[in-house]
Amino acid sequence: MRDLKTFIQDFGWPRIIIFLFLVFLFIMAPFVGVRLDASISDVLNRFGQYAILVLAMVPMIQSGCGLNFGLALGIVAGLLGATLSLQFELRGFLGFFGAIALASPFAVLFGWLYGKLLNKVKGEEMTIAMYIGFSFIMFMCIMWLILPYNNPTMIWGYAGKGLRTTITVEGYWLKILNNFLAIKIGQFFVFPTGLILFVGLCAFLMWVFLRSRTGTAMTAVGSNPDFARASGVDVDHMRTISVIISTFLGAVGIIVYQQSFGFIQLYTAPGPMVFPAVAAILIGGASINKASMVNVIVGTFLFQGLLTMTPSVINSVLQTDMSEVIRIIVSNGMILYALTRKIKVSK
Amino acid sequence: MANGSPLLSVRHVSKDFYGNTVLHDVSFDLHEGEILGLVGENGAGKTTLMRILFGMPVIAETGGFGGQIIIDGQEAHFSSPFDALDAGIGMVHQEFSLIPGFTTTENIVLNRESMRPSLLNDVFGDRMSILQRDLMRQRAVTAIGKLGVELDPDMLVSEMPVGHKQFTEIAREIDREHTRILVLDEPTAVLTESEAQVLLATLKRLASEGIAIIFISHRLQEVLDIADRIVVLRDGHVVKDTKNEGVSLRDVASWMVGRSLGDAGAREASRALSEIAFKVRNLWVDMPGETVRDVSFEVHKGEIFGIGGLAGQGKLGIPNGIMGLFPAGGEVELHGRQVPLNAPAKALAMGMAFVSEDRRGVGLLLDESLEWNIAFTAMQVHGQYLKKIAGGLFTQRDEKAMEELCQEYIELLDIKCTGTKQKAKELSGGNQQKVCLAKAFAMKPDLLFVSEPTRGIDVGAKKLVLDTLHRYNREYGTTIVMVSSELEELRSICDRIAIVDEGRIAGILPPTADISEFGLLMSGARAEEAVNA
Repeated sequence: MRDLKTFIQDFGWPRIIIFLFLVFLFIMAPFVGVRLDASISDVLNRFGQYAILVLAMVPMIQSGCGLNFGLALGIVAGLLGATLSLQFELRGFLGFFGAIALASPFAVLFGWLYGKLLNKVKGEEMTIAMYIGFSFIMFMCIMWLILPYNNPTMIWGYAGKGLRTTITVEGYWLKILNNFLAIKIGQFFVFPTGLILFVGLCAFLMWVFLRSRTGTAMTAVGSNPDFARASGVDVDHMRTISVIISTFLGAVGIIVYQQSFGFIQLYTAPGPMVFPAVAAILIGGASINKASMVNVIVGTFLFQGLLTMTPSVINSVLQTDMSEVIRIIVSNGMILYALTRKIKVSK
Repeated sequence: MANGSPLLSVRHVSKDFYGNTVLHDVSFDLHEGEILGLVGENGAGKTTLMRILFGMPVIAETGGFGGQIIIDGQEAHFSSPFDALDAGIGMVHQEFSLIPGFTTTENIVLNRESMRPSLLNDVFGDRMSILQRDLMRQRAVTAIGKLGVELDPDMLVSEMPVGHKQFTEIAREIDREHTRILVLDEPTAVLTESEAQVLLATLKRLASEGIAIIFISHRLQEVLDIADRIVVLRDGHVVKDTKNEGVSLRDVASWMVGRSLGDAGAREASRALSEIAFKVRNLWVDMPGETVRDVSFEVHKGEIFGIGGLAGQGKLGIPNGIMGLFPAGGEVELHGRQVPLNAPAKALAMGMAFVSEDRRGVGLLLDESLEWNIAFTAMQVHGQYLKKIAGGLFTQRDEKAMEELCQEYIELLDIKCTGTKQKAKELSGGNQQKVCLAKAFAMKPDLLFVSEPTRGIDVGAKKLVLDTLHRYNREYGTTIVMVSSELEELRSICDRIAIVDEGRIAGILPPTADISEFGLLMSGARAEEAVNA
């Protein structure tokens, strides 16, 4: 009984309620004509798509920069890497890893500048970050039009220049991770082995990093910057590093998302990618200055599970297509809930 | 002057905060037209006593107080400062409570403005009355006139020099029709000497008009200048209640700081330490509230060097500045090597360690385990408690070594906790302080700065912390610089004690020096005077 109590306390009621609701949706699914195996496959797929974007929240949370509402910077770096990879006609694994490699310098540069800026606005990081994200997306809307890309699969057919809003990666690196060692059971169920392995690898590397000297210093900076400073840690430097890592993971995350989703989405598309990632890590039980790998995995699974299952089950029940509306209500509702929840920070 | 029954009478007042007694059976009387000088060290209980007198809610919230406050022969029960105001007690606080954008007049009559009813009153009540500015101005001028100073009634507070703000505060209290008792808490702290003189003259004038004044100050000379009677508080006790006749500065100083612990005999004979380990020359530190202006001193190898002084005089700024936590300048040398200022990592790497006075703010990672708290600094500065992976390509925390280290210090310092994984915020103040010490010891420092090591912890833990420092000094020969507000604590373990006053070292004394000399140094007397006095 006591074990159960401490378990509930550690895991948190919100997560248990969401988990039970998810189980309920899975049980309901067959009754309203939604295939269970397809649903599970779907959830796994979406988990893999989003997990690295959620992981990108961790370093900044740990270093006390709060939730990375400026994840769009990382996403844009990823978009630059992906489009360059297509421009250079890189295919297969070379194309995928080439995209990551090409995105890295942009991610590091953006992250460095973004980190410098956040160091000047301590205490207001999250609000500022959100506006940095918004304005940068708008700036890139101009850039996508005028950058000299010329691969015919990517540019507007009628003008002969400027990138399209959505670009398919088919023929380049579509589902390169998803199909790697994928296990297919029956007609509808596919286990995306490569995708899950890649997510696992990234999470493991992050775990290792957080246990290193630098990672330890970063956590201490988030926990008590004055303590860290008195222990000889350069607080601003640590924060900048965390922002760079976060931005880089954002770039990797969006490339992983694209290979699974099949399209590179440009212009205003990065905007709506940020909130689900923020919501997922909060649902996973992270506070605004502490996050763990467990928070990432549990949060992404619960959030994406809910987003996959709620619309399909409820649509089937209501016989109308409300999936997008429900998705938005659920995802923003969760952010609202998570942010209003009392976040205790000892001082 | 002291004829008839007392205006205010404090009878057997005692007060404790969560079992920590701050006032113990305090009694004194105050007569009409009398100036009572209340003196005591920081933490002697002056502020608490004034809070009780003024009916501050914090007193009731923490369980009220024992004893009686009698005004005009009747026991007073103040549940809020408003009751105290009604009873005729006015208070001028250490910090100004004035509205910067209002004029002198507006501030003086604030919330007691002269008003004329208007038509709207019938509907909206008194809030819609019209201010009678001419009457208000007149009242302000009258109040200022009583003070006998020049104050422009139409000047904005934000444009005033500090001294005028102080007078405005006093004028506000006097404007109340029946203010009979005026309490001034360190009114001269922010004033220049000449302004202070004017203020003192004003107070005498007010007293001659029949207002009783309680004057709190740590500038003892001022107290001697104007008080009719002097009450000395020490550790919550009234140690002296005497007429100001034939009392010398030295007497008051020794009443204020003197303690008859009788442990002077237990102290070891002064040690012969000659090698200079640490030199500070012309140090300045810009630490808010603890500014260090120009400090120079030398510490011998293996010595415990004490730094004392009253709060706000800059003693805390010295270690904080040397360790790079606040902007500083000057020359600091450790074993002949220059210590770079404004660089905490370099200061730590040179073999110095610091136990901060701000335990919860700077000293601890409250949300992390004890292992982290103790090992973190050594890990970051010396690269200890890390294990190499893949042939030194990268490192990982050595949690086992951290646990062993933590366990070692838990046993050594007798830290009461449930285990090495317990979070620092869950420990009591004394045990948290021990964790801070363990963190510093784990650095194996050459020179250890300890700032207010016993602040906010109980008596038993105090002794343990001091014993630990003493033992560490003797066993490892670590040079220790200890900063503390508690003189007796410094005298019990230090080899030499420097007293800081107004950002400068007022003098360095051996612990065996007479307490009155320490008191004199603290109260602004210069070193030569102290020696000659």
